Amino acid sequence: MSHAVEQPKNIRQETGGPVLNIEHLKVTFATDTGDVKAVDDVSLTVAAAEIVAIVGESGSGKTVTAKTILGLLPETAISSGAVLISGNNVISVTRKHLRQIRGLEVAMVFQEPSTALNPVFTVGWQIAEGLRAHGKVGKKEARARAIEALGKVGIPEPEKRVDYYPHQFSGGQKQRVVIAAALALNPGLIVADEPTTALDVTVQAEILELLRDCRDIYGTSIVLITHNMGVVADLADRVVVMYQGDVVEEADATTLFASPKQDYTKKLLAAVPHLGRNSASAGLTERAHQDAEVLVQAKNLVIEYPGRLGTPAFRAVDEVNFSISAGEVFGLVGESGSGKTTIGRAIAGLNKTTGGSLKVLGYEMLTYRERTFRPLRKDIGFVFQDPAASFNPQLSIGECVAEPILIHEKRSPQEVDKRVGELLEAVQLPKIYANRYPHELSGGQRQRASLARALALNPKLLIADEPTSALDVSVQAKVLELFKEIQAEFGFAALFISHDLAVVDILSHWVGVLYKGKMVEQGIGSQVMGNPQDDYTKRLIASLPVPDPAEQAKRREEHRALLHS
Amino acid sequence: MSRNEGSLFQRLPVVSHLGKSVGLQRGMLVTGLVITALFLLTAALAPLISPYGFAQHFDSQLPPSGTHPWGTTSGGYDVLSRVVWGTQTAVIVIVVAVILSIFLGVALGLVSGYIGGWLDRILVVIADAIYAFPTLLLAIVMSIAISHGRSSMLGGIFAAAISITVVFIPQYFRVIRAETIRLKAEPFVESAMVVGASSVRIMARHIYKNATRTLPLIFTLNASEAILTLAGLGFLGFGIEPSSAAEWGYDLNKALSDTTAGIWWTGVFPGAAIVLTVLGLTLVGESMNDLNDPRLRGRRRAGRKLPPAPGTPGSNTVHTPGTETAGNGVTV
Repeated sequence: MSHAVEQPKNIRQETGGPVLNIEHLKVTFATDTGDVKAVDDVSLTVAAAEIVAIVGESGSGKTVTAKTILGLLPETAISSGAVLISGNNVISVTRKHLRQIRGLEVAMVFQEPSTALNPVFTVGWQIAEGLRAHGKVGKKEARARAIEALGKVGIPEPEKRVDYYPHQFSGGQKQRVVIAAALALNPGLIVADEPTTALDVTVQAEILELLRDCRDIYGTSIVLITHNMGVVADLADRVVVMYQGDVVEEADATTLFASPKQDYTKKLLAAVPHLGRNSASAGLTERAHQDAEVLVQAKNLVIEYPGRLGTPAFRAVDEVNFSISAGEVFGLVGESGSGKTTIGRAIAGLNKTTGGSLKVLGYEMLTYRERTFRPLRKDIGFVFQDPAASFNPQLSIGECVAEPILIHEKRSPQEVDKRVGELLEAVQLPKIYANRYPHELSGGQRQRASLARALALNPKLLIADEPTSALDVSVQAKVLELFKEIQAEFGFAALFISHDLAVVDILSHWVGVLYKGKMVEQGIGSQVMGNPQDDYTKRLIASLPVPDPAEQAKRREEHRALLHS
Repeated sequence: MSRNEGSLFQRLPVVSHLGKSVGLQRGMLVTGLVITALFLLTAALAPLISPYGFAQHFDSQLPPSGTHPWGTTSGGYDVLSRVVWGTQTAVIVIVVAVILSIFLGVALGLVSGYIGGWLDRILVVIADAIYAFPTLLLAIVMSIAISHGRSSMLGGIFAAAISITVVFIPQYFRVIRAETIRLKAEPFVESAMVVGASSVRIMARHIYKNATRTLPLIFTLNASEAILTLAGLGFLGFGIEPSSAAEWGYDLNKALSDTTAGIWWTGVFPGAAIVLTVLGLTLVGESMNDLNDPRLRGRRRAGRKLPPAPGTPGSNTVHTPGTETAGNGVTV
């Protein structure tokens, strides 16, 4: 291919051909242990004004594919094949040419908006930066176009907000700014890498709406990288399913969800939790386990984080009332910052309470002393969010699981080994895994081991803080199923904390919805999900995308109606 | 990740680093290792290598010749023998100084970082105060306090080692404290707390091993600094008596007046010994620092054939940056 004659050309209006054409793409990375194939022979095309979703679990090569489109691969990677954007092969063009393609032809929206924006520059400056990189633009004109771009993505008062710094925007608005920067040069293609993963459900719905508008109004094609099948169902026209670097299946969104052809796709779709199906509280008419002992009782519970000098304390939990009885699974849902994790940690004695009353196994946490609370700890198990970080990397799985036993009970090493073996079998891990180190296990296996450790002393109460949010869907499904089985078998009470309504519904008998530190609604899971009473709960449930394009289209209309009513 | 595959030997700090290195980084590491090995070997075999004892007198200021390959000093010592015996002194001082400061620094850092509160504040203030002194001045003060300036071999070595220790404890303390504070917020420490583990158990079992992974690195970098401090002490006349042990700094001091008289051999050889040793240790330390950090580590490009690499070739563990090197905020 001769670079000399090539000029970046905008042929999308002229020919109507595909905006992006990937042919036989292969990407290999050099690592300490040898070469790793990340993408193996991927071919796909994206037509003008089309939204193509690339879905797959972690390690499937979807992000690497996306990065190749913009030529963002690190030096250790080698790629072959062709990535044609409006006729230019991104893999073989010169750096200078590549810079021209970026921004003008293709732009990127990143996963985490707070790190994609530079905190020391105003958002207007950052949007204008892209304009300045592609031709001389006067200060006034750049500013005007930045304001225009901010207006396009629905930032209120763009004339004023253009001089704001990133920290003055909320997470969703920051993502809007990132999209504005991507749209500023009106590229034919936007690559969005998990654009809503870091956002709350209600904000996610708004961003998805915005992306859809980009396509509808400006005719921008979008490559959407995501693992969330709900998002796919909501936005995508066509879906490419990737697995271990390969394209497994490619089809229209409606066809794929209705009749998946490949086994992997079927499994993947079956694993996605679907709100309203498989509810733990289906058929319940009144709260279960009410005659049993009350393990946790919160009355007007207040938890505050001390503010810095001169600023008032931040009230994370505000006058919350709830109770958990023995054998009951209490699901706590809320968006980030709602105080759900704070409550879970307070019950485990990791956070101090400020006011009201929180009784855990009869112990008043307001007067918490580690020394007096320690004997009660054997009745409380805790499963952390990130299974990778919650194990000491220097200890084997067996030693980690044995930790609570060694601390609270005097047993011989043989007895401890035997118990560890039993526990691992209970969570469906082979006994031999006791000798392995945490990093030698997969995410799902680690979370099983984490569950085994939490159950080591047969606790009365288990606190699970987002136990599946770091896992892939198919793994999540298995862990949830295991959790359900074990809960039925051991009969412990559980506080299940999650931001995912569908996940909470699968496990919980009783659900509490937190919003900005307040418990806005609680009730039987299926009733809260099916017939929410509080406005916030209604909004929350309406904005959750379901993995079914037809149903999701209907829900979207309802959501719009709800917002405008 | 180096620690999940290969034998125990291949997981040892320096060996695993050697396996990970390529190109220039490998060259630097190998050069450093060769020089350091030479240094250690000389120290171990000093009685065999050196032609004379370090305190043996000859005619003063003889130029290099067959009987005295590197000449003699103004005090009548054989330069070659003094340089060779000097390595032994240097090794002993480094080992004693670094071991003492590691033990104290790690213990204090763990307690200070984990317990926090007023204890932490006091210890940090003390460490900062020690930092505020010029290191050499502090070492001189310590050496005067311990042995009134100069003394016998053992006393002198300990005086020098303890003087260096006082300077180094704050460094170890700071690194370990910072790591401990970081690790304290890690979920695995919290999960130990939730399980009901005592503070001592958490510190000893969960934090200690994770916090001390950067120590081999600080060790090598500090070792070179220890040699410089020792030489500085000797040069200023606060070192070890020439009759008790050979010491490069002292010899350099005595060689000072020789330079104007055109007698080069008394200064060049001990000086070169110091430079080489420090260079060797620094090369090892710096390459380890770079290799620990996946972002600084050079790699082969994909697609080329691997040399017989460490670990199990062909295992498809994707490298996750950041796990191996968590927080090596080392400033020396």
